[in-house]
Amino acid sequence: MGLLTDLRNSVSRVQDKLFADGDGEPKRIGIYGPPNAGKTTLANRIARDWTGDAVGPESHVPHETRRARRKENVEIERNGKTVTIDIVDTPGVATKVDYEEFLDHDMEKEEAVRRSREATEGVAEAMHWLREDVDGVIYVLDATEDPFTQVNTMLIGIIESRDLPVLIFANKIDLEDANIKRIRDAYPQHETVPLSALEGDNMDEVYSKIAEYFA
Amino acid sequence: MPETTDPTPDGVQIDLISRERMEGLTSMEKIRSILDSVREGNIVILEAGLSPDEESRLIEVTMSEINPDDFSGIEIESYPTTGGNEQGFLGRLMGKDSDGQKLTVIGPANQIETLHKDETIISALVSRK
Repeated sequence: MGLLTDLRNSVSRVQDKLFADGDGEPKRIGIYGPPNAGKTTLANRIARDWTGDAVGPESHVPHETRRARRKENVEIERNGKTVTIDIVDTPGVATKVDYEEFLDHDMEKEEAVRRSREATEGVAEAMHWLREDVDGVIYVLDATEDPFTQVNTMLIGIIESRDLPVLIFANKIDLEDANIKRIRDAYPQHETVPLSALEGDNMDEVYSKIAEYFA
Repeated sequence: MPETTDPTPDGVQIDLISRERMEGLTSMEKIRSILDSVREGNIVILEAGLSPDEESRLIEVTMSEINPDDFSGIEIESYPTTGGNEQGFLGRLMGKDSDGQKLTVIGPANQIETLHKDETIISALVSRK
C-alpha cells in the first residue's frame, strides 16, 4: 500500500512538473477544507508575509468566505530559489447549509438567509475550481476537530482522483486540544504539516513544503 | 427512482440501490435520482457509491437546490478509504476501476444524523420530517 502510494505520488508530481507549467504561468494553489478550519487566516498569513497584502476578511462565523479569491504572483523564497504561485482561498466545503446556524451569530433572518444563499453558491464555486482550475491543493484542517468527516474523505478522494499534489495543514496547533497525530493517522498517504496560521507558528516549514511540493 | 409501494405516512422510506441499477445511469442521472429521492425525505443506500467526480458534482448540485425552510442539503456517509487510493495510479494503468467500491448512505440533512463513524461502521440516527 505504502509503496504504491509513494510511487503514485512521485509519478503524479513528475507529471505535474513535466506538463503543468510549460508556459511559465504560476501554479494556482487552492486552499481547501471544511468551514472554520482557518483557510482565510492562512491565505492572509501567506499573502502578508510575501506580498504585504491580505486576501480577505477572517471571522469565527462559518462561511465567512463565500467567493473564491485569488492572490496572484505570490513569490516565496526558499533555499535560494523563488517559487511563484497564485493562492486561491476557497469557501469552506459542506454538504448542507442551514440558515438557522447563522441565527446563532446575532443575525436577523433576512441576513441569515442571504448569507446561506451566498454560502451555497460559494461551495458550488469551490467545487468547480477544484475540478477545473487549480494545479495543487493545500488542505486545511482544524487540528482540534475530528478529521474523519465525510466532507474531508470525499474532498481528499476528489483531489487524489485528479492527481493533484496536496499538502495537509493541521492548523490551530496553538490550541490546547490540537491533535496532529489524529490527522496524520487519518491521511497517512499525505504529508501533514502542523501550524498555527493565526500565531504564525511553524511557518518556516510551511513555506519549505510549499516550495517543495508546488515548485 | 425505484418503483415503490405507497410509503407509510409516518415512516421513513429507505431505498437500497444496487450496483447494477446505478451502472446503467449517467452521472447526472445518478445525481438526479439520488437528490429526487432525498428531497422526498427518503434515505438512499448505494451498494457501490459514487466516483469522486460524481461526489463533487453531487455537492455542487445539492448546493444549487438548497432553499431556506425547504431543503438544507444532504448528509452523506461512506467508509473512509484510509491508506490512500491504492488502486489509483497502477489500478488505472491495469484497467481497473477503483471508483464506486464503497457503500454509501445519503439522506436529507434535517433527518439523518451521524452518531459514529470509523473505518468499519457507520452509525446514524434517522428521524421523520
